[in-house]
Amino acid sequence: MSNAPIDIVPEKIPERSADHFVAALDDTPLVEIDSVSIAEKPSNLWIDAWRDLRRRPMFWISLVMILFIALVALFPTLFTQVPPNENCDLGNSNGAPTAGHPFGFTKQGCDIFSRTVNGASTSLSVGFIVIILTTVLGILFGAFAGFYGGVTDSILSRVGDIFFSIPYILAAIVIMSVFSAYRSVWVISLAIGIFAWPSTARVLRSEILRVKNSDFVMAATAVGLTRFRILMRHVLPNSIAPVIAITTISLAGAIVAEATLSFLGVGLPSTFMSWGNDISQAQADLRTHPQTLIIPSLALSITVFAFIILGELIRDALDPKARAQR
Amino acid sequence: MPRYILGRVLQAIPVFLGTTFLIYFMVFAMPGDPLLALFGDKTPNPSLLAQLRAQYHLDQPFIVQYWYYMSGIFQGNLGVAFSGEPVTAILARTFPVTARLAVMALLIQSILGIGVGLVSGLRKGKLFDASALVVSLILISLPVFVIAFVAQFVFGIELGWARTTVGAGAPTVDLILPAFVLASISFAVIVRLTRSSVIETQGMDFVRTAYSKGLGRNRVIPVHILRNSLIPVVTYLGTDFGVLLVGATVTEGIFNIPGVGNTLYQAIVRGQGPTVVSFVTVMVLLYLVVNLLVDLLYGLLDPRIRYV
Repeated sequence: MSNAPIDIVPEKIPERSADHFVAALDDTPLVEIDSVSIAEKPSNLWIDAWRDLRRRPMFWISLVMILFIALVALFPTLFTQVPPNENCDLGNSNGAPTAGHPFGFTKQGCDIFSRTVNGASTSLSVGFIVIILTTVLGILFGAFAGFYGGVTDSILSRVGDIFFSIPYILAAIVIMSVFSAYRSVWVISLAIGIFAWPSTARVLRSEILRVKNSDFVMAATAVGLTRFRILMRHVLPNSIAPVIAITTISLAGAIVAEATLSFLGVGLPSTFMSWGNDISQAQADLRTHPQTLIIPSLALSITVFAFIILGELIRDALDPKARAQR
Repeated sequence: MPRYILGRVLQAIPVFLGTTFLIYFMVFAMPGDPLLALFGDKTPNPSLLAQLRAQYHLDQPFIVQYWYYMSGIFQGNLGVAFSGEPVTAILARTFPVTARLAVMALLIQSILGIGVGLVSGLRKGKLFDASALVVSLILISLPVFVIAFVAQFVFGIELGWARTTVGAGAPTVDLILPAFVLASISFAVIVRLTRSSVIETQGMDFVRTAYSKGLGRNRVIPVHILRNSLIPVVTYLGTDFGVLLVGATVTEGIFNIPGVGNTLYQAIVRGQGPTVVSFVTVMVLLYLVVNLLVDLLYGLLDPRIRYV
């Protein structure tokens, strides 16, 4: 091994000339991708989603269906003057359609059309109460678990796991049997919602975990905002999209859950106009009087169908990856 | 792998304790005195009442009652149904029927769902794909009892191909129609999961590599595309078990199949609260075990999970 000092500085630095490394300017003209029109409004997820949605015919069809169902639910008297639950005449039991009673009568002699029209508000109320409940609980649990991490995350996520491990209709069956004396729209919504929120919390938590490492969060921290303020003003608004995306589909799920519970007989009492109740009471007459079963089933299925279509379109519109896949 | 299994099993313990605690708490919160209800409108003898209270540990605080209940579960004592028959005896009688129905439904929904999803994904945007999407949307929107009645009406009453109610001993032939009804709930979800997964996998580099190596479609589609697309579908089967349990309750009730679900259905219809609770507990325990098994299976399928 020679002891000669290593020559660190090379004797001659090779001369570099720019044209070895950079193509001549006229070889690479400016292409379209480089130009940004400043006049155009800046685009974001919501604007993109709206642009995607408004050119899909199914969006408008499902929206009109839902608005119509909402109109029926809010103002049933616009569509029928026949009382759904009073003046039922057993002489009309399973009766055929007559003037003023376009779909005939139920087993109890009530007007099927009127009961179906009046059932809309029950389904929609349960649907909306449940999604408000699941969204509020889901945001509380998901946001704090995802943003604060550590012990908070472990505790909140385990609580969520426990509620998640009981299929929510089974849980609602137990709650409704326990509180059988207090059956109302509010109680059934609580019974469904209290076990349905963990999926919302999980979606939000994973989105927050992704967002909280963004540069704007670091910038907000550097400016000196409190952790809570960063969560509320910067992280949450930027991670709410997947939660919004699943609410409409959850609403459809809640409507089905109410109908299933009422069908099983642990839902609303029969004095309530609930499609699940009417279907349940008509099942014995499937062979002889199928219309008593078909009309409420159709109303229920069309409502759920409209919400699922709208929900899927909103979910796809808010997810750039799904949009690319179509 | 052993570490993964151990970790997953340890994770399941607090969830198991939590869920049973929650169900037990709901029952504990049940309004009214269960013993007074036992006597109807008669006023019971106070000493007899005290003796019964001690016998059922009702004089103990909530947490002690929960302890007795849990140790009962671990000794295989799941309580007594309204009829006086032990829940375990009812389970031994009804479970094989439900298992048969569930396995048939699982086979139908997996084979048809993965098949249709694969073809849809490969022919994205074509007529087959579009119609499969419409059909799956309609199936997702129909509650299971509506599907059951439609099936009963069309195949049972109008066409006369199947019996609307299942005969004694639940022969497998009679279970075909209910199994299709039960399978229809998750069929649509499996179609869509498989479809989007196939579309995603098709764009992967390894698929392009396989084609450029000169492999034919007959090799690439089943081995490279399908196998790699199945992971989300297998994960879904765990969640799906819950859907299957609820679906079985409704389907078995409608078709009068003497299974676990029907027992729960009858107990609900007759308002037998305690029986309902013990059967739901059994179902939730089953659901937890199945999900644990699916998670372990998932570890076998996906090496990325196994070695973390």
